[in-house]
Amino acid sequence: MSEPAAPILEARGIAKQFGPVVALRSADLDVRPGEAHALLGANGAGKSTLVKILTGVLRPDSGSISVSGRSIRPRTPKHAAGLGLAPVFQDPALVPDLSVAHNLRLTGVSPGAVRAKLSAMDLAVDFRQLAGDLPLSTLRMLDLARALARDPDLLILDEITAALPSDLAERVFAVMRVRKEEGRSVLFITHRLREVIENCDRATILRDGVHVATIEPREGGEAAIVGHMLGREAAAAEAAAQHRAEKVEPEASRREADVGETVLEVDGLIVGGVAGISFSLARGEILGLAALEGQGQDDLFRALAGERRAEAGAVRVGGEALRARHPSDAIRKGLVLVPADRLLALLPQRPISENVAAPRYANLRRWGPINMREERRGVRQAVEALQVDIRAGRQARRLSGGNQQKLTLARWLASGFGVLLCHDPTRGIDVGTKRQVYSLLRKLADEGAAILFFSSELAEFPLVCDRVLTLYGGSLTAEFSGDAADEGSLLQAMHGLEQKEAV
Amino acid sequence: MSTASEVIAGQGRVRRAQQFLADNPVVVLVVVLVALLVITDLVNRHQSGEPFVTWKQLSTTLLVAAPLGLLAAGQNLVMLTGGVDLSIAYIATAAAYVTAWQGDAGTTSAILLGLGAGAVIGLVNGIGVAVFRVNPLIMTLGVGSVLFGLLSIYAAKAFKKTIPDLVSSLGTERFFGYIPVNLLLWAPVAAAIILGLRYMGYGRMLYAVGDNPSASRLAGVRIWQVLILGYVLCGLLAAMGGMLLLGFVGNPDLGLATPYLLPSVAAVVIGGTSILGGFGGYGGTILGALILTVLTSLLNVLNGPEWVKQVLYGSLIIVFTAIYARASASD
Amino acid sequence: MSAADVPFAAERVGVERWRRWLRLHAWTVAVWLVFLMMLPYWRSVSSGSFSFDFQNLVIGALPLCFAAMAQAVVVISGGIDLSVGSLIGLMNVVSARWMVDMSLGRALLFVLLCLVLSGLAGTLTGLIVVTTRIPDIVVTLGMLFVWYGVALWVLTIPGGGAPQQLYDFVQGTVGSTSIPWALVLVLVVWGSFWLSIRWLRPGLSIYAVGSNRNAAYLSGIHVARTRVGAYALCGVLCGLGGMALTTTSFLGDPNAGRIYTLNSVAAIVLGGVSLLGGVGGLIGPVGAAFILTLINTILLQRGTDPNYAAVYTGVIIIVVVMIGGLLERRGRT
Repeated sequence: MSEPAAPILEARGIAKQFGPVVALRSADLDVRPGEAHALLGANGAGKSTLVKILTGVLRPDSGSISVSGRSIRPRTPKHAAGLGLAPVFQDPALVPDLSVAHNLRLTGVSPGAVRAKLSAMDLAVDFRQLAGDLPLSTLRMLDLARALARDPDLLILDEITAALPSDLAERVFAVMRVRKEEGRSVLFITHRLREVIENCDRATILRDGVHVATIEPREGGEAAIVGHMLGREAAAAEAAAQHRAEKVEPEASRREADVGETVLEVDGLIVGGVAGISFSLARGEILGLAALEGQGQDDLFRALAGERRAEAGAVRVGGEALRARHPSDAIRKGLVLVPADRLLALLPQRPISENVAAPRYANLRRWGPINMREERRGVRQAVEALQVDIRAGRQARRLSGGNQQKLTLARWLASGFGVLLCHDPTRGIDVGTKRQVYSLLRKLADEGAAILFFSSELAEFPLVCDRVLTLYGGSLTAEFSGDAADEGSLLQAMHGLEQKEAV
Repeated sequence: MSTASEVIAGQGRVRRAQQFLADNPVVVLVVVLVALLVITDLVNRHQSGEPFVTWKQLSTTLLVAAPLGLLAAGQNLVMLTGGVDLSIAYIATAAAYVTAWQGDAGTTSAILLGLGAGAVIGLVNGIGVAVFRVNPLIMTLGVGSVLFGLLSIYAAKAFKKTIPDLVSSLGTERFFGYIPVNLLLWAPVAAAIILGLRYMGYGRMLYAVGDNPSASRLAGVRIWQVLILGYVLCGLLAAMGGMLLLGFVGNPDLGLATPYLLPSVAAVVIGGTSILGGFGGYGGTILGALILTVLTSLLNVLNGPEWVKQVLYGSLIIVFTAIYARASASD
Repeated sequence: MSAADVPFAAERVGVERWRRWLRLHAWTVAVWLVFLMMLPYWRSVSSGSFSFDFQNLVIGALPLCFAAMAQAVVVISGGIDLSVGSLIGLMNVVSARWMVDMSLGRALLFVLLCLVLSGLAGTLTGLIVVTTRIPDIVVTLGMLFVWYGVALWVLTIPGGGAPQQLYDFVQGTVGSTSIPWALVLVLVVWGSFWLSIRWLRPGLSIYAVGSNRNAAYLSGIHVARTRVGAYALCGVLCGLGGMALTTTSFLGDPNAGRIYTLNSVAAIVLGGVSLLGGVGGLIGPVGAAFILTLINTILLQRGTDPNYAAVYTGVIIIVVVMIGGLLERRGRT
């Protein structure tokens, strides 16, 4: 696209407030026909709010929206769909207790059209299944196919790749390319800057509810994007910090000498999708686990966290066997979980202090009077160590996603732990917070913690881990040292493919 | 951009007022209570020429509100966990009967047995909800109807009924003619609940389990323990309320506590505790109980036909809860 | 290949389909099986002829069948209606007071009018729930008083009656067979309501809203309208229940509706409707209504004190839901 054509979507001066919280001050956005346009910003910058306004879920306080030159005012999601804007949200718009066929009927989309779009992506789903029985990634693809079946002018993808395995993510990008060729457009919201650089023509960056820049990602690269997202001085500090981190990382990952005694031993574990795996984790070590969706990692984490009973095999913590029938058994042995889904760890209506202090009173013996001073001290230390932004502190649900995730870490920091089980801890978090989490994990490891780290973003492994294991079909397929864990090798092992000996 | 900032500035004062109300919902409740007292006073003067807002009348209101306050307390604890106890009125009645039947065996044992009955029934509720994962609505409805049936059977038999003196005094007497003796029971209980919810580990667990059971479990909380204790405490509080009613009325009756079922739920909701759990407290519930008691007095004073009272009572509860919901909605 | 791909082998689809149907309907099937299994025991206890007994059973169960269907519709939509009993009582006294001397033609018109009225009553409740955002438990508990008060205004003490021809109709049988008209009535009502909610889009919306309100909204469903509609349907079914009560008891009593609230909730839970919403049907609750009525009938025919009967029924309800809860737990891990 050399000369700018009339925009397919133009939003000017969008503002939205929720009580005292200003979600958007003034957001501008314009998307050209045949363009893949990214919408970026830190958590709390206003991306989700803007998307909800564009798709009729929320009404703006002020501002204007026009599609192909026509001024519009989307009143409901249905209305917005009729105007040519089709969203795919993070939570699939399919109700669990009805079959896929019924779900589609409810939205007035023909099942045949959806099936056609699915097969164009090389997928097939039995529509008679209940939506609640299908895995999240399938539901996302269904939602995508449904949006495509409406043939919208603008397809809006809200963090669709966040929980998609890489092969499905590839299909999404293929769809984006096809749409561009057809002259349609895609608005792509994500935290994964690599994807933006590889697939998007332009990117609009929001910060603190205001439009700060619209750039071409390929020109500036990650640095430019992060710079706009964080603001000039913060970006400079960030760049310096990354520079330092990059200098430290290679040395840090060669710290085998500093690694202490084995603290966690998994021996022939069989549970759910895990078909007998063995590994060990030592003090001061960050062990990565990489896998495609549904290869058993969920069950592994659940078993280690005490949520699920192992069917066979042994787990030993500090030499003692772990027989967990409830998370409290695992926690007592020092195994604590930071789950993938924040909703599983957060007490939304309770204040930060209660969220952080929660595990202290779990035991019956601690149900008596609370030592408030001690609690305040512990909470403050943890919150400061993690730099949690406590401004919206009255209810945890008002915190941004990144801060919520840090709350979970703060909780275990305050309560003490031996082994930290991180199940996709940086999912859906902005870049700035991610970096904070990485350095925190490294610091914890330096201080003697043992960390098991699973991520769906392969780029993170070399930054964080000392070793990386890959999991496929319930078994471990390969082991890499931290710096040898590049995406290519990881992906091969994650697909169970043969490869050269890992270092 | 200028449009947005103008809009924001103009609404500043309104927003601040709304925010204040949202952060201090107790203020709204006090205003409503005072308004109700004033209205009742005016209506009473109109009907009988006498004022309602006298020390004597206020003391009576407090006296009559105590049983509701205790039942609402039990309901409050259960609702914090996201449940509800629809058998609470029958637990109160059952405890009253047990106390009366055991009256001859001595005050202490009569009272202890009455409390024990409440705790045991609460335990049954708790086991059903916590261990068998039955929805609290149906569990407590079922237990309530079984209780009612049992009471009907045993009430028909002519057991000797003696009401212990302590129970009578708690139910009816006042210090110096003004301060109800039952405050000796209600006030410490109220303090224990308010302080306990805030400063005891168990209080935190109640909130946690009601707010997000999955997260609580991951934090190591054994949910069944929290729930069972909650329902047992509810049963105990219901028993206390039932005994106060017994002392007040002077005679156990099958319908003793039945009129208190809806008000026990309404007082908690009006008082700001979320029916879904995880949010709220007893302070607002106390005000809710007082509001409902004054409302009942207002309806009695109005002296209309029974049907008008019923319709007004139901409508006004809806209206009050709506006012509260509107005033406290900030998100 | 990802987990999304399902190979389309024809036999697998067939077996899957069977298994899925069974999983969805196992509870309903079990309810009717239990009912059938109770029949032989009943025969051994009763002294009358089967057709006579069965007819009495259906007539006795009629109001509860409608109450159960009313509650089921609301609960499937994700709400609850604790004023069901009061509304049934209200429609009972309304029909008993004014219909008593009407000819069949006028009576039928009046029935229609009553259904419209009770539908409007339900709509009012629904509108209050949706616009005030007060929890439905509180709203419907409040409406319980309101409807009760109005019923007291209509009839302070029990009285009135049913129009003779309508009464004969409901108590009668189809032609010379022994199929009670009451049974036909239940089946016709069930059929029309069930078809509406399982096949028509607005009906499916009721399931969607109960299953996941947010997803339903994002799918383009008008959530508020659907919820109000569910309460409206509930109201119509309560109207049928109230008039069934009139034509089966030949009396209007403002207090008669009381027990239907508890019993309707019990019937739907026993009938496989989830109190969380989105799951369940109408025929299960109808079956449970029959079972509950039958239990009571058997106990009474055995000479049990009605109070004891209430206790036994209550205990059975509790035990059944506890077992149900256990089964659900085993289903997960």
